[in-house]
Amino acid sequence: MAFKIIASQCTQCGACEFECPSGAIKFKGESYVVDTQKCTECEGAFDTQQCASVCPVPKTCVPA
Amino acid sequence: MSAPAISLESLSTTFGDQLLATVKAGGCASSSCGSSTKPNDTDPAIWEKIKDHPCFSEEAHHYFARIHVAVAPGCNIQCNYCNRKYDCANESRPGVVSEKLTPDQALRRVIAVANEVPQLSVLGIAGPGDACYDWKKTKATFERVAREIPDIKSCISTNGLALPDHVDELADMNVDHVTITINMVDPEVGAKIYPWIFYDHRRYVGIEAARILHERQMLGLEMLSARGILTKINSVMIPGVNDEHLIEVNRWVKERGAFLHNVMPLISDPAHGTHYGLSGQRGPNAMEMKALQDRLEGGAQLMRHCRQCRADAVGLLGEDRGQEFTADRIPGAVTYDASKRKAYRELVVQERRDHVTARSQAIGMVKAAGPGKPLLFAVASKGGGRVNEHFGHAKEFQVYQASSRGISFVGHRKVEQYCLGGWGGEAALDGVIAALEGIDIVLCAKIGNCPQDQLADAGIQATDAYAHDYIETAISAIYAAASRTPALAATA
Repeated sequence: MAFKIIASQCTQCGACEFECPSGAIKFKGESYVVDTQKCTECEGAFDTQQCASVCPVPKTCVPA
Repeated sequence: MSAPAISLESLSTTFGDQLLATVKAGGCASSSCGSSTKPNDTDPAIWEKIKDHPCFSEEAHHYFARIHVAVAPGCNIQCNYCNRKYDCANESRPGVVSEKLTPDQALRRVIAVANEVPQLSVLGIAGPGDACYDWKKTKATFERVAREIPDIKSCISTNGLALPDHVDELADMNVDHVTITINMVDPEVGAKIYPWIFYDHRRYVGIEAARILHERQMLGLEMLSARGILTKINSVMIPGVNDEHLIEVNRWVKERGAFLHNVMPLISDPAHGTHYGLSGQRGPNAMEMKALQDRLEGGAQLMRHCRQCRADAVGLLGEDRGQEFTADRIPGAVTYDASKRKAYRELVVQERRDHVTARSQAIGMVKAAGPGKPLLFAVASKGGGRVNEHFGHAKEFQVYQASSRGISFVGHRKVEQYCLGGWGGEAALDGVIAALEGIDIVLCAKIGNCPQDQLADAGIQATDAYAHDYIETAISAIYAAASRTPALAATA
């Protein structure tokens, strides 16, 4: 149960990093990466996944 | 440190020679020395805030420069004219940037620019992304820069959605200038411009999204006005979507205390990959822009000198020196040296007094010339408010109108440089002539016979007889001569 970021489409705006309620997203090397151990898909925190809701590029922040 | 006039000789100002000549000639020869350089119709408290902000004062944009730093790339809305993937060093338009910076990198860049560009007066955070949404980075950048260069003006541009959350902090940080992009006051119109917003931890679409955005924009504007922060409203003119509607927008923002309204043309091209670009939505042409701006006269004061610069632009409006200050050219440790900016400012005070006097004389002369046909002038200028650029070197012309009501700045026309490496390109000249549609007279520092003749064939008279004069002085001489003898228009 986690989300992932398609690095080739990511604009590296970083909005997902500061919206993530679990601190699961970090900039590593060249791109933002979701830590699947920490990602909760926002369950219990928000109705929708914050990273996918704020991501400016369609189909870039998606279920892993 | 050496005396200002000597240290200025080492400066790479775009009009340093002119400035130096003025100073060496004994400075200001006019009788107005010592009087305020403030234009007569501006409140003194407001003039103090805008006098060195190139984006808030048309007069200031001849003298002062800005730096934009792209530190806040996160955004909370999607606009149909924006493609967040786009990134190109050769494009010059809002939202485009080639390097995103951390607040520490931004500080080093600002110091490097301040050491080399004495006209620098404003630090702006204007995308890509939203300065109020990606707030921590915006705030960190302003705090770091203000510690090193206390007299630089901090300025942000925002879509307004997150603005109400940060107005108090903006006031605390002495941010005196805020720009809000407001393209609509009717959510039905907004739904055609904004596909979605991210607000209060969820995504909204359609009319609901536009309504929330509209309410937050109006609230933010009212909060800024209540705190005395000057607000500029940017509106993108989208033909068929909001062009007529911008008259309503102008009325709403004026009622809520906006200081300036800047109507900008939509930039749309399929190659940019934006929704509008791909769907064939066109932008307005120069005459459509002017017609709308003319209809807006009498409402909120209009900004007509916007150049729609890149989000990492450096320099005077209309020039971009950003490529001189990319990360690889900035040393790891830079120390701020205030001497060039200080010397420049001392000289500008003198130069401006002279200019203000010359301008008021010129406007008086135009008004006294009596009713004549209004004339549109296109001026090649490198800054300083003077006719001081060669026709072939101009990348843009500043457009002024002279009529019995006086002289007013109308806008600018961007062109491809006609002369590259000493020879003129025919195709480029055709492009310049097309861009000068509706212009009666071109003023420049130098022009060859060949382009002059071709412009004349197109009904445009070009002259370099007023090289290095103040723009208004040149215009008044020609307008006065033309109103006496219309045929003398360009030979006066």
